[in-house]
Amino acid sequence: MFRRAPLLMTVLLFGYAFLYGPILSLMVYSFNESRLVTVWGGFSTKWYSELLHNEQILGAAWLSIKIAAINASASVVLGTLAAVALVRYRRFRGRTSLEIMVTAPMVLPDVIIGLSLLLLFVSMQTLIGWPAGRGQTTITLAHITFSMAYVTVVVRSRLAHMDRSLEEAALDLGARPLKVFFAITLPIIAPALVAGWLLAFTLSMDDLVIASFVSGPGATTLPMVVYSSVRLGVSPQINALATLIVVIVAIAVAIAGVLLYRQEKGSNSRKE
Amino acid sequence: MSIPGAQRALTGRRLIIGLPWLWLGLFFALPFLFVLKLSLSESVLAQPPYLDLIREFKDGVLILAVNLGNYQLLLEDSLYFKALLSSLQIAGLSTLLTLLLGYPMAYAIARAPQHWRLPLMMLIILPFWTSFLIRVYAWIGILKNNGLINQLLMGLGIIDTPLEMLHTPFAVYIGIVYSYLPFMVLPLYATLVRLDLTLLEAAADLGCRPWKQFLRITLPLSMPGVLAGAMLVFIPVMGEFVIPDLLGGPDTLMLGKLMWIEFFSNKDWPLASALAAVLLVVLIIPFMLLRHYEQRNQEAQ
Repeated sequence: MFRRAPLLMTVLLFGYAFLYGPILSLMVYSFNESRLVTVWGGFSTKWYSELLHNEQILGAAWLSIKIAAINASASVVLGTLAAVALVRYRRFRGRTSLEIMVTAPMVLPDVIIGLSLLLLFVSMQTLIGWPAGRGQTTITLAHITFSMAYVTVVVRSRLAHMDRSLEEAALDLGARPLKVFFAITLPIIAPALVAGWLLAFTLSMDDLVIASFVSGPGATTLPMVVYSSVRLGVSPQINALATLIVVIVAIAVAIAGVLLYRQEKGSNSRKE
Repeated sequence: MSIPGAQRALTGRRLIIGLPWLWLGLFFALPFLFVLKLSLSESVLAQPPYLDLIREFKDGVLILAVNLGNYQLLLEDSLYFKALLSSLQIAGLSTLLTLLLGYPMAYAIARAPQHWRLPLMMLIILPFWTSFLIRVYAWIGILKNNGLINQLLMGLGIIDTPLEMLHTPFAVYIGIVYSYLPFMVLPLYATLVRLDLTLLEAAADLGCRPWKQFLRITLPLSMPGVLAGAMLVFIPVMGEFVIPDLLGGPDTLMLGKLMWIEFFSNKDWPLASALAAVLLVVLIIPFMLLRHYEQRNQEAQ
């Protein structure tokens, strides 16, 4: 195919260069001695050691990791329930509204979601006194709301494509539905749950706009620190931080990719 | 099944449907009512910075103070109308640019040997997993006056003075195409990879030329993917804040950025809410288009 279409191949290569060039340049300049990010002044790892001593960034990173982990776990539970509802129960009251509510958070602009959630939290606080104040709790609640939509999509496609004969066999042999779900369905869809958890974690670590709206004075997440530092101009410490994030993500995705690839190969060979 | 068993199954079903529905209803759908309510309120210098719509409720009489001033301001001050037009223009054009780059990429991957497809798609999705903010930031270092491109061009002697690229519409378009490319390639790939190749073979046997095969068969059959990809880019870009803020100039008007300024800088929550309500109304039709595609996609499965 590629040999017959050199133009297509060129566009594909250009596309990948476009996607990866900026990230690579960011990583290369994180090892730059000079403070001027784009003038090369020799190899150095000093920005990494400065980064590791930057209390503000470390504190924000820790807060973001905590929020992301709680968010990811709650999103996987709620997202899986939504996926099971949409795949297994064909007709029910509220189906259309559930479909809309799991699609919309993924595409609607962050500014709308952020503002509307803030207004909800303010009203809830005056009416029922919870959540008291804004900070970690409100950010986590907001993140679960949009992350669970992504988890639903990932789990839903796995559920829709899975072979149900094992479940049916277990039910025929008298196993309770709940037991069947935990003993058979869950292990089969486990890769989707892992992928969904990781995706929800990353989305939360990455969110600037929604967190800015629903956060309070005490809670500053990593993207907020990065944003305020980036607004002041390019900073080598941010390059170092970016490099660390890219390396961690690349390793995680590579592992996930290998797992998925093996599984796909396994299921293909079984079919043959 | 015994009666208690059926009862249990029914309770289980209610929980499975009810929990996610209630969560999204409370934290996603209900808040829009608060946006609507606040957009009809008056802005004041206080904490919180608005007057409640409901002034009094006494002896069964409800006294409301509905303020249409925010919407009136949006209509009267041409700034907001310009921002709407400029958002539509930027979102529309960048969606088209993303499609022009994304389509050939998705096509090439869908026609690649089977064992190449998954790794090639992983490479498309991978940047989406790294921080959005940081990827936008990377372009500052590339586009600024003493950035990579200008240094390269000046080093090669092609230009003498640096090109003004950062804080221009050009930088905004680059940033959007760059950030949203995976959203375009994903649905395009999904439709192109399912395409029935025997149709193309039949056309070729009947003497149809490759470019005509593409225009008559491949392109029409991939329209659902084009539509989905376009909406997945267009809808969020309409309210984009980070890209116009970091890469655009002070004259880059977009609704998302304007909302941010009204909310954070001017502390005018009611006006920001009115802007959000307008943006939401504008996005209803694109969103319905996206839903239409998704429903067809699920039926196809």
